[in-house]
Amino acid sequence: MKNARPVSYAQASLLAAACLVGGLGLWWLLSRAGLFPPSALPTPGEVAAGLGEEVRTGRLADDLVASLFRVAAGYTLAVVTSIPLGLALGHSPRWRAALLPTVNFFRSLSPLAWIPFAILWFGIGDAPVVFLIFMATFFPLVLATLAAVAEVPAVYFQVAHEYGFRGTELLTRITLPAVMPQVITALRVAGGVAWLVLVAAEMIAGRDGLGFAIWDARNGLRLDLLVCGMIVIGLTGALLDWLLSLLSKLPGVRWGYEH
Amino acid sequence: MSTSVLAVREVSHSFGGAPVLDRIGFEVAPGEVVAFVGPSGCGKTTLLRLLSGFYRPEAGAVERRGSTRMIYQQDGLLPWLTVSENIALGLRHVAEKASREERLARLLQLIRLQGFARHYPHQLSGGMRQRVELARALAGDTSVLLMDEPFSSLDYQTRARMRAELTRVLSERPVAVVLVTHDIEEAVLLADRVLVLSERPAHVLCELRPEGERPRDVTSPALRATMKSILERLSLPHDFDGEGPKGEGESVGAPEASAWPG
Repeated sequence: MKNARPVSYAQASLLAAACLVGGLGLWWLLSRAGLFPPSALPTPGEVAAGLGEEVRTGRLADDLVASLFRVAAGYTLAVVTSIPLGLALGHSPRWRAALLPTVNFFRSLSPLAWIPFAILWFGIGDAPVVFLIFMATFFPLVLATLAAVAEVPAVYFQVAHEYGFRGTELLTRITLPAVMPQVITALRVAGGVAWLVLVAAEMIAGRDGLGFAIWDARNGLRLDLLVCGMIVIGLTGALLDWLLSLLSKLPGVRWGYEH
Repeated sequence: MSTSVLAVREVSHSFGGAPVLDRIGFEVAPGEVVAFVGPSGCGKTTLLRLLSGFYRPEAGAVERRGSTRMIYQQDGLLPWLTVSENIALGLRHVAEKASREERLARLLQLIRLQGFARHYPHQLSGGMRQRVELARALAGDTSVLLMDEPFSSLDYQTRARMRAELTRVLSERPVAVVLVTHDIEEAVLLADRVLVLSERPAHVLCELRPEGERPRDVTSPALRATMKSILERLSLPHDFDGEGPKGEGESVGAPEASAWPG
């Protein structure tokens, strides 16, 4: 990164727009060049028409809402359970000795391996997808929180002891804010994983949602709608990551990103 | 305990069977500044942790009158709290909000950082952060301030400014201080008494009283003689018999921290 010049907001926007236009141009050329059969690679125009159709019928909105609900449910459930468990494991050698091998075991399992059980236990619909997203994000978040606790400088705990922080207050006013910058980074990574898993889970265990829409388009040989689903998934994933990145702008955690 | 605010009686301590401190004993009177100097790793920080109550001594006793507060070698400010929130940690026991805010304002004035109340530690310079730590430690009814090489991470000029600042603050808000430092110059400039510790297991080799009122002049013959005595007691090389003080930015006669044995 030696001599790397900073890029202004206007320059960055221009570069991104140029890349986007270039990408669309390349796609259009490929679809017109005859390298693939017309049924195997829709043109940008066909995809735009398909997008219009999806918006008009209301199916896109329905699928988007269904997917966002599942991600929100599974991810929130994972966050509210994994962070307290990670804090407890970080503070207690006994808890760590008891649970860390199990957490590591489940962390190593692909969440997709749970799909058969998800369908057997919860059927088809919201519940299995929520379960799969939970399984994909819970264990990495526990480990990230645990690692963050281990890295809290000892001096913070000395200060806490000196000024009388004990028990729950120690956890909520010292440990939790001390690990927040690292936990926020882990939340962004887990958010990305949740969105990835959602598509795969909905393809198999869903009756609607963006993942199911892609699968349905493939079955109906509507590749224009398939690409349309892919674009919406990509854009929504980027938007969700941007929203999560706003957490790192909070005044109480800015210190963790200043180097 | 007579009139002293801190009395240490024959304190010994070890870690994992290895003795660190060996029958250390001293008293600190109200408003008195006592400095400890000694080789790296001789147990100075352990001594401070025993004085603060963070550790319990294996043998002997530490008697405190009033509350003790610590200023840390590492940055001890909580980075997610603002300057005023960090200082307010020292006022947690003050129930009345108006009284708390009034004391907070006085402390910000004492350290001359009134305009920085809402800043976060990472937005301040090293010297400013040390001043905030000082204010936090002085909040409440602190009777003994424990300082663990508080200025060691600062550059020479900031360190000199912080010594002057500490001298001024202590003249406005007298409190007993136990200062642990590598810097012999710092010890003789700030302390009423300097206790020289041996290598591990540390015991008090000697006690010296730097002459004159603070702020002191480090080039004065009396202070130079005190520094020479300390260095000789620690069997460390020095140039006090040579050409005299060196230029700005260099320690006067005292060896660099890295030159300490251990």
